[in-house]
Amino acid sequence: MSFETMRQTRVRNIALIGNPNCGKTTLFNALTGLRQKVGNYPGVTVEKKEGRLMFDDGSEAALLDLPGTYSLSANSPDEKVATDVLLGRADHTETPELVVCVVDASNIERNLYLVSQIIDRQLPVVVALNMIDVAEDAGIEIDTKALSQQLGVPVIPTIASKGIGINELKQIIANTNASATKKRLWKMPDIVEEETQELVGYLQRHHKLNEAVAFHEALTLLTAPESLEEHQDRFAPEVLAHVRKDHEKLNFMGIDRQSVVVESRYEWIKNVCSTAVTQAYRSEMNLSDKIDRIVTHRVWGFAIFLGIMAIMFQTIFTWANVPMELIGNGFDWLSNLIRNSMPSGDLRDLIVNGGLAGVSAVVTFLPQILFLFLFLGLLEDTGYMARAAFIMDRLMSKVGLHGKSFIPMLSSFACAIPGIMATRTIESPKDRLVTMLVSPLMSCSARLPVYALLIAAFIPHKTVLGIFSLSGLTLLSMYLLGLVMALSMAWLFKKTLLKGAPPLFIMELPPYKMPSLKSILLQMWERSKLFLQRAGTIILGVSIILWFLASYPKLDGATPVEDSTRRAEQLQHSFVGKAGRIIEPVIKPLGFDWKIGIGIIGSLLQREVFVSTMGTIYNIQNSDNESATISLHQQMRNDINPETGLHVWTALTAICVMVYFVLAMQCMSTVAVMRRETNGWKWPLFQFSYMTALAYSVTFIVYRVGLLLGLGA
Amino acid sequence: MNEVTLNTLTPGERGTIARITTAASNVRQRLLEMGLVKGTSIELVRYAPMGDPIEVKVKGYRLSLRKVEAASVIIHKVAR
Repeated sequence: MSFETMRQTRVRNIALIGNPNCGKTTLFNALTGLRQKVGNYPGVTVEKKEGRLMFDDGSEAALLDLPGTYSLSANSPDEKVATDVLLGRADHTETPELVVCVVDASNIERNLYLVSQIIDRQLPVVVALNMIDVAEDAGIEIDTKALSQQLGVPVIPTIASKGIGINELKQIIANTNASATKKRLWKMPDIVEEETQELVGYLQRHHKLNEAVAFHEALTLLTAPESLEEHQDRFAPEVLAHVRKDHEKLNFMGIDRQSVVVESRYEWIKNVCSTAVTQAYRSEMNLSDKIDRIVTHRVWGFAIFLGIMAIMFQTIFTWANVPMELIGNGFDWLSNLIRNSMPSGDLRDLIVNGGLAGVSAVVTFLPQILFLFLFLGLLEDTGYMARAAFIMDRLMSKVGLHGKSFIPMLSSFACAIPGIMATRTIESPKDRLVTMLVSPLMSCSARLPVYALLIAAFIPHKTVLGIFSLSGLTLLSMYLLGLVMALSMAWLFKKTLLKGAPPLFIMELPPYKMPSLKSILLQMWERSKLFLQRAGTIILGVSIILWFLASYPKLDGATPVEDSTRRAEQLQHSFVGKAGRIIEPVIKPLGFDWKIGIGIIGSLLQREVFVSTMGTIYNIQNSDNESATISLHQQMRNDINPETGLHVWTALTAICVMVYFVLAMQCMSTVAVMRRETNGWKWPLFQFSYMTALAYSVTFIVYRVGLLLGLGA
Repeated sequence: MNEVTLNTLTPGERGTIARITTAASNVRQRLLEMGLVKGTSIELVRYAPMGDPIEVKVKGYRLSLRKVEAASVIIHKVAR
């Protein structure tokens, strides 16, 4: 055989599959290096990771990293994608010519369950027996030759985290004949076998399925609940009628249809393991056990959990500020440079106030996203994430959510954008959506400047109960309001709109392990790239639109004058200024005047813009020094409404504006990220509407109650 | 035989799985596929700090599930 023909018979299209926590991603990284790209499967929010596998002779194959799954029974959207691709019923992805099945050697029995399902599929299979070092430490010895014989497929021992066995695996992949098929190795009780074979025949005739797919469907149908509800549309009525007869027959014989199939597989696995696996010794307490005794301890467990959360929160909230300020300063420097080197005019304004401001709004989020994904990566990779969910599940289940919703919600205190991106660890799509919908109610760091301005200007410097300052308590109330509202809305959504069974909490607690820095860095890089590409463009666009609306129409005969009075007049004259006046009747019931209206509309891109908008409206010179801040406070306090002769701003107004900012979706970046994460405009628009409605109603109630209590003076 | 539900065990107690009862079809399927099949030995390792969920050892690995799901797992308790 010539070299050329050898290359042609090679498989070009390989899929990687395995249980969660089996080291599949590490193996994928080891096999592909950085030759990979991340996207989405069309129509679902499941991530699609593809890479290129280079062989020694220079030829290459496409490697698809399927989502981690325990079986082909498809519970979550992730598992459904993996199942559909393997069964060749995914329109978006070709059926693989070869499947590399990753097996966690330290947890071989349960991992072989998926392997047996994949062998049934009659595609060429190679088993990567991963983490053999962990297995050896646990006293598990595996005879790979015997295992390979038992399974009828090649078995390659690997330690993906150390790059061991990768070349051998590539060799085997390169030499595997793409036409190889395997026969089924396990057996069910005779009567079930007979019924299954008959049904396979039916399915092949009626639905033109190949034998392996028909077998998978036959088992699905035989084990399904009697209603066959989920399968009505997929199969012909005569097939379903046949299935109903089978159900009756097996039920009558007292056979548990659902468990008999799973039990038969596990029975076969037990036999395989008795030949190929020896448990050399069983240490009563391994390292993971010892760690878990402390980490899930009644007292220490909470202390450690709170400690880790505090560090993570501190990092995103405070430490990320350092690079964020550097980036901010960099952009200030750049805009000053442009301002000084370009003639004043619309083009300069567009570049500085539209384009550059937008780019800076996007880039400023990067440090937070990077830090969050560093933490998430560490927590996930070490195995602590599962423990965090284990500890917090009780609390989250009270509002109908899963323990895994806790971390995204906590992250949203820093910023909803990384928070929403962190919901990817939640398997149930409904729970994930609920978590995303309520996360922006948590007070993020962009709200802090708004709170700080209003509290400093309007909340009296008083001490309560001897030790607490009224300012501090007001700030705390705003954070609590967001938290309470987020939990209440989550509860409400789970009860109504996204009603569903309580989330399944059947979760593996994987052994602790050293994190793979390479995987974590790769993930940080991918997340940042996706954020910049997908959300960044939308944020930039909105920024330019808002700039336009705040700058046009121009004042008559105006050559732009760098003068604060002039700027205030221009802002009032602009579309945003007009909109502020137009919405005044709408926001009047909340105690807001048109200036606050301008503030709200102007800060739709990001909340902290409210502060600079107030500065512009109240003619404060463009400077960041302390006297400017104090004079802004003064100006706001002294502002008199010409119609009523009363102060525009009272302590109550300030509280109402803060409440509005706690609850309203004043952040287009979050909308953009929602659009990316949910693959459409439906949910971001719903979120924007419900939050605005919520903000309006709660602020209205607070204002009215405040007036009744005489706080409006 | 001493039949009890999994959620009634105290940490350190063991049993052999007899069957899984009335849970919803998808819950039942998941529990079976995670290895909770008839004849498998199972040990309750601990309760979460707030009392729910529980952690069990089965087929050599650790699994956590809520008490409400554990209540559908019937086991033959092994005397200590």
